[in-house]
Amino acid sequence: MNEVLNFYPILIEGTITTIQLTVLGAILALVISFIVGLARISKFKSVRVIAIIYLEFFRGSSALVQMFFIYFVLPMWGIYFDALTAGVVACGLNVGAYGSEVVRGAILAVGKEQHEASQALNYSVFKKYRYVIIPQAIPIMIPTFGNLLIELLKLTAVASLITISDLTFMAQIIRVQTALTLEPFLLILVIYFVIASILVKMVDLIAKKFSKGRNIMTAGDK
Amino acid sequence: MEWNWDHAFAVLPQLADGLVVTIQATIVASLLAYVLGLGIAILKMSKSKFTRISLYWVTEFVRRTPILVQLYVVFYVLPDFGIFLEAFTCGVIVLGIHFSTYTSEVFRAGIDNVPKGQWEAAKSLNYSPVQTWKNVILPQAIPPMIPPLANYLITMFKETPLLAAITVVELFRAADQYSNSHYTYLEPMTLVGIFFLIVSIPSAMLAMKLEKKFKQAKTA
Repeated sequence: MNEVLNFYPILIEGTITTIQLTVLGAILALVISFIVGLARISKFKSVRVIAIIYLEFFRGSSALVQMFFIYFVLPMWGIYFDALTAGVVACGLNVGAYGSEVVRGAILAVGKEQHEASQALNYSVFKKYRYVIIPQAIPIMIPTFGNLLIELLKLTAVASLITISDLTFMAQIIRVQTALTLEPFLLILVIYFVIASILVKMVDLIAKKFSKGRNIMTAGDK
Repeated sequence: MEWNWDHAFAVLPQLADGLVVTIQATIVASLLAYVLGLGIAILKMSKSKFTRISLYWVTEFVRRTPILVQLYVVFYVLPDFGIFLEAFTCGVIVLGIHFSTYTSEVFRAGIDNVPKGQWEAAKSLNYSPVQTWKNVILPQAIPPMIPPLANYLITMFKETPLLAAITVVELFRAADQYSNSHYTYLEPMTLVGIFFLIVSIPSAMLAMKLEKKFKQAKTA
């Protein structure tokens, strides 16, 4: 084990890369979730169709294949990404597809009377969603978004296969250099578990904060 | 980069072989995930607090760590202990165990949804625990579980490319091998993507139909 701990600088570097991938991927996924989720309930059929194609494409194929496509195939069309960006884009696009369903579901779960109330107040569509519907939908989304965040963290390990030096990649380096197998992998499993557990706790706290004084929470909580 | 049909046709037979391996892995892994998941769900209802709590943390550990790393652990570490498994077997076991922690939640929810009166009825008929599960609880709990379990089947199908990382030549690795030897990523990777979509989109639609069917059956 000591031999493995001697590699602590690259383990720390790997942990930082993993966290970077997770955070940047989560931001991208969140933005896409809202754009695609809202597009799914648009009045315009063409917008809905584009959103569905996006959703089915990214939910229907494998994340690893998407990652390889972005990193190895797109450059042939002149679209270059460095490995880290390709990883973030792939993770974000993939998890964003799942997230869009969460956004759509939560918005549809907000009661009809809220729409009627906004109409009675003569709110524009933008105002209705901005001030009435979405604020009530967010607490419903949080628990499921929390699950997706863990899935995203786990997905970043796959990014090691497109040469991103994250935790998993570093563990492989240590395995090759020391010929130890159990220790490096067990160690990074624990690191992943700790990161994931911190994320779970954070999401719990956010969920609590958002559900304060609202009874709508029960609609989304398991 | 132009699409080259020669490459596309040349890689197709290898992809077809890969697809067979992918589907085999999916089926075996899902069976394992279902059996283990049911076992975990039942054990989690155990009276012993120790069993429940330790099982909770074990399943959380499996759920909160990446499958890829779990694959590496089993693939690289077991030989050190004198256990030599084929890459395919390793992959299937890891996928099965990983997703059993997800399916166990489906089973638990399904079992929880069986009304309490059914348990009491079984008790009043003097059924043994085995009889209770086999004749009363499971027949009522299983039908509503089928759609979510089908969805996990599709998820597992999409996770099988990870087996490529431990040298299983499934659909993705078959394409990757061709790409590396011919230095063309466009056709093989696009075709792999299309293969996945061809299988998973109709399956997802089927799962949705099942969901609707079971919902109707419940209200009827």
